[in-house]
Amino acid sequence: MSTPILEVTNLNYIYSAGTPFEHKALDNVSFAVNKGEFIGIIGHTGSGKSTLMQQLNGLLKPTSGRILLDGQDIWSDRKLTRQARFRVGLVFQYPEYQLFEETVYRDIAFGPKNMGLSAEEIDRRVREAAGFVGITEEQLQVSPFDLSGGQKRRVAIAGVIAMEPEVLILDEPTAGLDPVGREGILKNIESYRRAKNATVMMVSHSMEDVARLTDRLLVMNGSKLAMDAPPAEVFTHAEELVSMGLAIPQVTEIFLQLRSLGADVSNVYTIRQAVAEIRRLKGGNAHA
Amino acid sequence: MLKDITLGQYFPGTSPIHRLDPRTKLILLIVYIVALFLAQGWVGYGVLLAFLLFTIKISTIPPRSILRGMKPIVMILVFTGVLNLFFTREGKTLLNIADVIIVTEGGLTRAVMMMARILMLITGTFLLTYTTSPISLTDGLEALLNPLKKIGVPVHELSMMMCIALRFIPTLIEETDKIMSAQKARGADFENGSLMDRARALIPILVPLFIGAFRRADELATAMECRCYQGGEGRSKMKILRYHLGDMKAFGMGFGLLILVGALAALGL
Ligand SMILES: Nc1ncnc2c1ncn2[C@@H]1O[C@H](COP(=O)(O)OP(=O)(O)OP(=O)(O)O)[C@@H](O)[C@H]1O
Ligand SMILES: [Mg+2]
Repeated sequence: MSTPILEVTNLNYIYSAGTPFEHKALDNVSFAVNKGEFIGIIGHTGSGKSTLMQQLNGLLKPTSGRILLDGQDIWSDRKLTRQARFRVGLVFQYPEYQLFEETVYRDIAFGPKNMGLSAEEIDRRVREAAGFVGITEEQLQVSPFDLSGGQKRRVAIAGVIAMEPEVLILDEPTAGLDPVGREGILKNIESYRRAKNATVMMVSHSMEDVARLTDRLLVMNGSKLAMDAPPAEVFTHAEELVSMGLAIPQVTEIFLQLRSLGADVSNVYTIRQAVAEIRRLKGGNAHA
Repeated sequence: MLKDITLGQYFPGTSPIHRLDPRTKLILLIVYIVALFLAQGWVGYGVLLAFLLFTIKISTIPPRSILRGMKPIVMILVFTGVLNLFFTREGKTLLNIADVIIVTEGGLTRAVMMMARILMLITGTFLLTYTTSPISLTDGLEALLNPLKKIGVPVHELSMMMCIALRFIPTLIEETDKIMSAQKARGADFENGSLMDRARALIPILVPLFIGAFRRADELATAMECRCYQGGEGRSKMKILRYHLGDMKAFGMGFGLLILVGALAALGL
């Protein structure tokens, strides 16, 4: 196998070290991410998900431990640290509160401009990023503050996508949106991933979303990495997840109940699997 | 990080200093400052320093935290020291470099005293904000300023404004931190470049910060109105301020200190 795009080893991080407010937010976290993977990060509130994400693009410096991007320690050299900012794009929680420019176009262009790209390249990237998130030509010229909450969120995401990061990290990108808005944003992320063959890491509180979209789940619990496995495996540990203040997808729960009632069903994690499973059962009945 | 600024931060606790009535602490801070400006000589400063150290000791505030709070004023301190050191020409000359840099005995004394005065002033003020929650601080202030209502000063409104401002300082600092991180994630650079570049780099922080502050203000106003807030008229208090025995002792010590320092100053010590 080729080298992982991101490799985290024995990462520790302490907030406000040496004060009465000292807090260990990351405790010996290690994992690796391969190119093109879609990783989900789940964990209870305050388990250190956001802190972990900010380590990956060099915003926070680890108290100890290493972060390798394409095999190179991002803190070994100032240039590499700055590169990590652009190669690993981070969309914060509630990113719409960070918009500041007069027009949507200029706000999306902020990142590419900081990369020192040519005017044509910036223009191409802004238009392409706007395309990924479904921002129209007219909307590019309005003030971002005149848009709806969901549209603002898309503009903010486009602002990071325009830097064309190899690894796109999103911290709860769908928090506080209605179902249509959420679905839209998830589709945008997926289309960017497909088009650029990018690696995506997404923090989410929706078990349904991560079960359906991701290849692998990192489960954070009390500053530690508790599990690192595909969703199918993670959701077999229902009780453990509940004890961590998490849950399993609703369909999984329903099918577990069905099974305890004696129905001959296997574990499912997504609606699609559930439909297939029910079809199979009904088909079986028809034959009998 | 910005969070490390402790200016005006409250350390919850139950020390005798924490339990004093906020009015007592406010009055005694003023008494202490007056004494500080009265002090003339080393003995006076010594007495004040002893009093200050004693207060820090019983307040149970870690001295390290107080030192950390001093960081922002180091520049002012150095500036004051240097000005006094080189521009006071009194007494014996201690150092003379080509008649340009002249350090005199008077200058040295003056520089040290001025720096000591500023340090002790700030430390005393810190002690008040470290041991008094913003709410009880404004409560105390309101109670002390109450007589001014008679001449039409909107005391309650002013103290409410102060209370809200104090309450939102940590929130705004946290928000600034978050916005800075987010813009850094898009490659914003706050550390390098010319002065103009750096000033321009502030726009991506200030705009969202102001918008956020206005949004918060709006939400707070709505929330207050929903709870029928209508200013100080006829408003009752949940915590009624009362002086206790400890306050009497503190007053005794505070005014004793003032008289002592005043007397020492009169003797030129
Ligand atoms: N700037 C900071 N200073 C001090 N402590 C912090 C800071 N930011 C976060 N923490 C603490 O670190 C811990 C982890 O925070 P983090 O934001 O990473 O959690 P999270 O898993 O993202 O939670 P959520 O799901 O609520 O977003 C929390 O206990 C939090 O209180
Ligand atoms: Mg978070």
